[in-house]
Order: sequence, then C-alpha cells, then structure tokens
Amino acid sequence: MQTSADRGRTRPVAQDALAVIRYALLFAGVVVTLFPFLWMAASSLKQPQHLFDMGLIPSPATWSNYADLFKKAPFGRWIANTAVIAVVTTVSVLIFDTSVGYVLAKFQFAGQKVIFLFIISTLMVPTEMLIIPWYLLASDLHLTDTYVGLLLPGLISAFGIFLMRQFMSSLPSELLDAARIDGLNEWRVFVSIAIPLVKPAMVTLAILSFISSWNQFIWPFIVLQTEGNYTLPVGMVYFSSELKDNSGWILIMTGATVSVLPLIALFLIFQKRIIQGIALSGMK
Amino acid sequence: MTTKTTYTKPLSALAILTLLLTACGGNSGNKAEGAAASPAAASPSVSVAASGSASPSAASGNSQEKVTIEYWQYEYPAKVTLIDELIKEFQAQNPTITVKQTNFPYDQYNEKVATLVPAGKGPDVINLYYGWLPKYVSSGFLQPLPEAAFPAAQIESDYYPLVNAAKIDGSYWAIPTAVRTLALFYNKDLFAKANIAQPPATWEELVEDAKKLTEKDGKGQFVVEGFAWEPGAQLHHWYRDGLLPQAGGQDLSDDRRRILWADTPAGLEAFQYLIDFAVKHKVGTTGVFTDDATAFKTGHAAINIDGSFRLGSLKKDAPDLQYGIAPLPAYKNKSAPSSFWANAIPKNVSGAKLEAATKFLQFLTSKEVQEKWVEQVGELPAQRAVATQDKYLNDEKLGPFISQLDNSKAHFFIDETGERTLFVDATNEVLLNHVPVEQAFKDLVAKTQKLYDDYWAKADKK
Amino acid sequence: MISSAIQRSAKVGRRLLAVRFTYRTQRIVFIYSMLGVPLLYFLVTRLVPIVYSFNISVREWDVLSPEKPYVGFSNFAALFVDETFRRSLANTFLFVAVGIPGQLAAGLAVALLLQSATRLRGFFRTVYFIPYVTSIVAISWVFRWMLMPNGWVNAQLLNLGIPAQLFLQSPRQAPFVVALAMIWQSVGFQMLVFVTGLEGIPRTYYEAAQIDGANAWRRFRHITIPLLNPVILFSAVIAGISYLQAFGHIVSMTQDGGPLNSTRTLVYHIYKLAFKSFDMGSASAATVILFVILLAFTLLQLKVLDRKVDY
Repeated sequence: MQTSADRGRTRPVAQDALAVIRYALLFAGVVVTLFPFLWMAASSLKQPQHLFDMGLIPSPATWSNYADLFKKAPFGRWIANTAVIAVVTTVSVLIFDTSVGYVLAKFQFAGQKVIFLFIISTLMVPTEMLIIPWYLLASDLHLTDTYVGLLLPGLISAFGIFLMRQFMSSLPSELLDAARIDGLNEWRVFVSIAIPLVKPAMVTLAILSFISSWNQFIWPFIVLQTEGNYTLPVGMVYFSSELKDNSGWILIMTGATVSVLPLIALFLIFQKRIIQGIALSGMK
Repeated sequence: MTTKTTYTKPLSALAILTLLLTACGGNSGNKAEGAAASPAAASPSVSVAASGSASPSAASGNSQEKVTIEYWQYEYPAKVTLIDELIKEFQAQNPTITVKQTNFPYDQYNEKVATLVPAGKGPDVINLYYGWLPKYVSSGFLQPLPEAAFPAAQIESDYYPLVNAAKIDGSYWAIPTAVRTLALFYNKDLFAKANIAQPPATWEELVEDAKKLTEKDGKGQFVVEGFAWEPGAQLHHWYRDGLLPQAGGQDLSDDRRRILWADTPAGLEAFQYLIDFAVKHKVGTTGVFTDDATAFKTGHAAINIDGSFRLGSLKKDAPDLQYGIAPLPAYKNKSAPSSFWANAIPKNVSGAKLEAATKFLQFLTSKEVQEKWVEQVGELPAQRAVATQDKYLNDEKLGPFISQLDNSKAHFFIDETGERTLFVDATNEVLLNHVPVEQAFKDLVAKTQKLYDDYWAKADKK
Repeated sequence: MISSAIQRSAKVGRRLLAVRFTYRTQRIVFIYSMLGVPLLYFLVTRLVPIVYSFNISVREWDVLSPEKPYVGFSNFAALFVDETFRRSLANTFLFVAVGIPGQLAAGLAVALLLQSATRLRGFFRTVYFIPYVTSIVAISWVFRWMLMPNGWVNAQLLNLGIPAQLFLQSPRQAPFVVALAMIWQSVGFQMLVFVTGLEGIPRTYYEAAQIDGANAWRRFRHITIPLLNPVILFSAVIAGISYLQAFGHIVSMTQDGGPLNSTRTLVYHIYKLAFKSFDMGSASAATVILFVILLAFTLLQLKVLDRKVDY
C-alpha cells in the first residue's frame, strides 16, 4: 500500500534490479582490483621458458622460482629490516604525535597558532628537497647505512600531528577539567583520560604510519649502501633493474609477490581493527 | 562545521621568518661546504709514512704498512665473481695491500656515485663506462693515469686504437682490461627454417634476410622478429660507429666539438636505413618481447645486433639456443662500434693508496687477467697482442668479434644518457608521430650539437 | 545565612584560584616539555635542510667537483629555458588534472555502491583496500608486464577484435596508463575516506528529502555532495599533493621518462638532474619550484573548495 512516504521511493521490483546491478558492479571492481595480484602470483609459478605464455594458469607450475629468489637475494633479511624500521617508526610517531597533537588542541598559549602552522607547512615541503641535505648531515654524523640514519627523518610525522590534533579538538574539555579539579596533574590527565578517548585515532595513525614506513622508498634508497641493509622496496628495485637486463621477468614477478605478501597478510589479520580505526577517526 | 580560519597573520609571520633564515643561509652553506670538502681532504691523510714522491713504480718495501683500497664496479655477475678471484690472487702477490670490492647495479651506478662521493666515501679505483669519462674528467673527479706506469706511447702501441676515447687533453684517464664490439647474432634454427645459408654480409642482404625471417600471427602481432629493433639498446651505437662510417660519413670533428652527421648525405642515408627496418620493412619494432636481447634469447628474434658482453648471459640463460655470430654487414667500407669499461683513479687518491691503486691497475691489465676475462666474462682483450692469438681468432663465437677490432670505433660521448635519449626520441618521432625522416634527423643533429656546445662551453671556462 | 553562604563560596573561590595558580605553572611546564623535543626535531630535520636546499639552488653544485660557486638565479633561469623541464611541468599538471578527478570519482563511486550494499560489506572494503597496502614497485612491474605490446592485455583486446595498443610505448597513451595505475592503487583509500564521510551524514536528511519527493539523483546533488564538501576538499588536497609528486610509478613503469618524455614528471626530472647529471644546483632549484607549486596548489584548493555549508 503506497503512503505519501512511498512517493519518493522506487518500487520494490526496480529496487531489486538496482541491487543486482550494484553487486555486479562491486564484484566487477573486485576482479579489476585483484587481477594484477593473481597475475603476479601466477607468473611466479611459471617456468622461465614460458616467459611469454599469456595464459593465466601456468602449466607446468613450479615453486623453484621462490627458491631461486631467496638464493639470489636476501629477501628474508630485507623483510626483517623493513619490519623493524616500520615498528620503531610507528611507536615513535604514536608517542610524539599524540602528545604534540594533544597540546596543540587542548591548550591556549603564546605562539600556539604559529607553531601549528609551522608544523603543517612542513607537510608541503617535498621530501626530494630534503634528502640531499639529510644525506650530507647523515654522512657527517657517520649515520649513513645505519638503522639510526634511516629512522631519523621519520620519527615524528607532521601529518600525524595534524590528524591527532583534529581528533583531539573534538574531545570534551569538561572531562579534562574535571580530572584536573580532582587533583590529577597534567601528565596523568593526558595519559589516563585523553589517550583512552582517542584510541581509534591512534589505531588509524599507527596503521597509516606502519604502511607508509614499510613502503617508503626515496630516503632508504639514498641512505642505505650495503645489500644486507636494504629495506624491501629498495631491494626490490635493485633486484628488478638487474634482472630486467638479464631477462629475469619471471623472477621479478616472484619478487613482487614476495614483497606484497607480508603487508597483505598483516592487513588481512588486522583488517577489522584497521577499517574500524579509519572509519571511526572520521577524518574530521 | 567548517570554520574559516584566518591564515593571513600567521602565514606572513612564517614568510618573514623564512626570508630571514634564507638570508642567513649563506653561513650554513659555507659550513656545509667545509663539511663536504674536509672528508675529501681527509682520505689521503690515511696513508702512512708519507714519502714525498708518489712514484708508483718506485717499488715495494717503502711502507710495510697495510693499505686498503676500495674498488667500485657495476654489478655484472660474471665480472663480480671474476674480480673476487682476481682480488685474492692480487692480495697473495701483494700481501700489504687489501682490496675491497663494492658494486652497484648498472641502473643505479651513477646515483650511488652521486651520493657516496660527496660524503667522502669515494673509491680508490673506479670502473667507469668510457662514455662517462668526459663528464667525470671535466668535473675534476679523476686524475690522469700515472705516467710512469702507463706511458701514453705504450698504450697507443699495445692497445687497440678505440681506447683513444679515454684520451682527453693529451692524457689517458682510464685503462680497460677488455673491450667489446657489436656483431650480428643470428639464430641458426630460424635461418635453416627460412632456407638461408649464410648470415647477411651487406646492407641489402640484411634487409632481405630479415624480411624472410619475420613471422606474424593471424592478428598481425610479431611471433618472430626478423631483426630485433631497439634503438635505445645497441642500435644507436650501430648508427654512430657502424652505419654512418660505412656509408662514408664522419661522426665528430677531430677536436670532438662538432657533429658531422649532416655534412654529407651519408648521415641521412644511414639514419633512413636504420629507421626503415621498423617503419618500411616492418621486421621488428621497439618494446616487443620486452627488449631485443630477451627476444633473441627466447627465439623470438632471428637476428640481433648485440655485443660480446651478451655471450656470458646467453650461455647461462639459453644454453640450448643454436646461434652464430657474424661480423656486422658492411656497405661502402667496414666499421664496427665498440665500447669499454675502464678503470680510473679519483683525484684525491695519493701516497700509499695511489701506489696500491696503480699496482692493482697494472695487475688488472696484465695478459693473464685479460685472458681470464675473455673466458669468464666474454669480453675481448684490450691489447692487440693478446686478442690476436689463434685460440681466440679461431673461436667460433669470439673470432667474428675480434676480427672487427681493427676497424672499430668508440664514439666520444659527452653525455651518454642524453645522447642516447635524443636518438631514441628521434626514432620515436618518426615511428609514433609520423614526423618525416629528414625533419627528425635534422632536429636530432641540432639537439645533439647543442649538447656538445654546452659541454664545451663549460669545459672551456675552466 | 547569606553571609555564611558568601563565606563558603569565597572559600571555594579562593581554593579554585589557588588551584588554578599552581595549575598555570604546571601547565606551562607540561606544554613546553611536550613541545620541546618535537620542535627541535622539526627545526633540524625540516627547516635547516630547506634553507640548505635554497642555498644549493643558487650555486653551481656538481657532485664530483669541489668548487661550488654562487651563481644567483641562473639555475632557475636555465630550467625555464630547458624544453625538457617545461615538458615535465606540463606532464605533472596532466597527472594532477587526470588523477584528482579520477581518484575522487572512482573512490566516491565505490563508496556509494558500498553504502547501499547490505551484505559482504566487510569483504568488499577489505578487497578494495589491498592495492593501497602494496608496494608501488611491485605493482608497477606487474602492470608494465601486462601492458607490453605482446602482453596479456593486448592479447585480450585482440580476441575482442580491437587492435593492439602501444600503452606504455605510446607518448599519447603512456601518461594516462600510468595515471590509471596510480588511481587503481589509491581507490581503496579514497573509498574508505568517503565511506566515513558518508556515514557522517545523518539519515534524517535523506528521509526528509524522500518525504518531500526528491529522487535519488537530487538527493545526491543537494545533500550528499554539499555535506561531503570537507571530505572532498581534504581528499583533493591530499591527492593533489601526491600526484604533483608522482615518481615511484614512473620510475618502475617507464624508462627514461617514457617515450618522448611523455611521463617525465617534475620529481623525475629532479631525480635525473641530481643523480644522472650530477647537477645538484639545478636539481635543488627544481625542488624549490616544486615547493612553490605545492604551496600555491594547497592554498588555492583551500580557497576554492572551502565553502561554508548551511544546514
């Protein structure tokens, strides 16, 4: 029975058809999204002489490329390096960005606006502008080709500060004031009241920070020298460019598969948290 | 929800701040200069018991101190393995010298030099593509080879004339262990299939054979290229040092300042010949089967012009491929492109390190090392006496390469990447944008000439 | 009675005053101790290098040579005269012009589809997000491989009777192909941003509009888009900054800046100047130009897209 409220709605049958179209489109998108990965993985199972076979399923399939890969290059070491760097960076970013974001959001003091704008404006400085001076500085301090040198530029993130500040500003100040009146000092207010309230944003920040650190390329490329110290993106580039000239495309695909697996695995495991975090943070 | 914040006041404050700091930038600049200069000055101080003269052949016994020198080369697996062996041999012969080898993939070689050298972490001996020498020399990075150990007259008598591309301003700046030339690689099975008995020896024969050997599928896609066509790979070398002289033209003026390609019709004739393979005869084109070497390796190209450096990887990656080598097809006369990687010494190396570096260089250019190089890497000996031994001349694969060495040339590059890009761009203009060949050729000559003019203008200022 | 009340409130007042007084100093200590290290960090790792970079840009700075003479603005002048540099600017703007609308449209489309999907939402969200977490290098190599003239994509096109395309070999198609790859990799992230934004729009608006008889398209135009404005702005700025600095995909998918320099972006040009020509002076000058462009771009975006929304 149609009511006035129904006037704006489409009729049930048409709605079902629409739903089917929607799902069809979504699934089409899934195919487009996943296909390159399937291709990558399938290629890694091909035998070298079938280089130019365009079929999706390799036959005969072989796992030997993976063995070759790890023999040719220290992929395991590279993954370990990348993981360590990513974890340390994420922890540091969480600590510093949250505290600075909190202070900038919840306190009024002289120079507050200037400091905030200064930090934000560093976001607009392209990394390319910074790497040469960074490199010269690092080499003066004998920090090239070291974990410390690699970590230094990424320990505090202006983007993270921006994110945390935006999120923090929506926290009700009354809660914080109440805590202060109850006798908690500033530090306790921060740690026991503010932080638990911004957990979703921190999760988001942690994830974004981890991903970006993992995939970071330019700075590690410049600062790392010895093969054993490379991170995965850097190693992958050296590996691919060397192989490209020697017709090692199958191995390049194998390397590509290996390099995307860790993050995908991590992502799949933590996906609920990740997506919740990003959604809840609300990009205010 | 969205509040418009006034950005103007804080922004202007920021701008003023930045301006102030830029003005003071001069000081920080000097500091950094000092910082960059001092590591470079610091390395010679490592040499112990500094004897006044750094005469290298004033032999041994002078310092019993251990010296470590660093050798950089680009990462080519066969070369790396061989150098490791050679280093062990050298160190056995010279117990006070330790050699450390560092290598980078070819694509990133220059970047690594760019990042490590300013930080003072440069090498003591560096292996460079000869085409980069003008750049490295004009920047003041290298020193000429020590005269006593490498007299110019001796180099000119012992080595093939193409090595003279390493002679700049009257001195030799680098010395190669081995050289490479280009030759014709042909797939014996495909030739047999097309009933062609001999590899082509003239320009026309090359075109005819390529046409016979080309196979396309029902949809017009290449299954087999008659002639692998990749201007960015070896063909631009083929043009400068092969086709052009063969047509009677000249590459550069004697003072290396002027491009002489357009001075005779030979230049355009050679360019047209090269372009026609892709445009007119359609026996091959860029980017198919990823590149020319891969196409040939996987049997998808019947003929490829490639260098002796490919022999090693062919042996490894395509051991079952039945292929042969023939000298490049000739026209009005013979000429083959050649190139080499050579070892040079940076300017800041002196004292005991310079002695050690020179000794290492002498070792690397000895007869035994050159022979080992041929066997393991597949490059040709740089010294005529070594190369023209029967065992090499009669080798099925090496012979054709070596026979061309006497007629080979190595173009003097002032900017290898730049010159190559201009050439590839010109071919692309014709191939993809259908620009008339004459027009593209004229632009190519003009742009290349400009590169040279800029280079020499800078060099003359010094 | 009143006097004791006043007395009590005075006591409370005094107590609060005392509390607030000690709080003031404590606050200041807290603020500056939290800000101290980070500010120093930013000064050292961002400000000083920027200034240093400006310094390099006004010198003739060859990596291999010890002399670095001051040359004023000649590096900048030389850049603008250089045809390749101007090309790289044009290419970069092309990437931005294609990338921002492309990414936003694709992300919004998927987000909208996802909104109305009741089942498998989690599955879709996960799958679409996967490209975002994968390395640029790996993806670029796969695309490069698939788009070869005799690669898989062309094989399928030929099966459909469409002539084979040059893709990355064609100066006309290459930039679009690369931009498409970049969009492909960012759709998941964009989708999530929009999903969040969409969820922030109260349902009541839609319901009210439906009661008033508005159809889907009008609801979209007059409710969704305006209320998504801040999210769109944020996305446009972030996406723009990223496309202005396009580099990773280009390095791995094309060689030497693509056929006829068609995929040569500003950052790629900088990279070539610095590490192939060893010309740090010009490279730094180009980074300064990039910086100015980024700044101008962001400010422009903020001005144009930042509109106040009336409820």
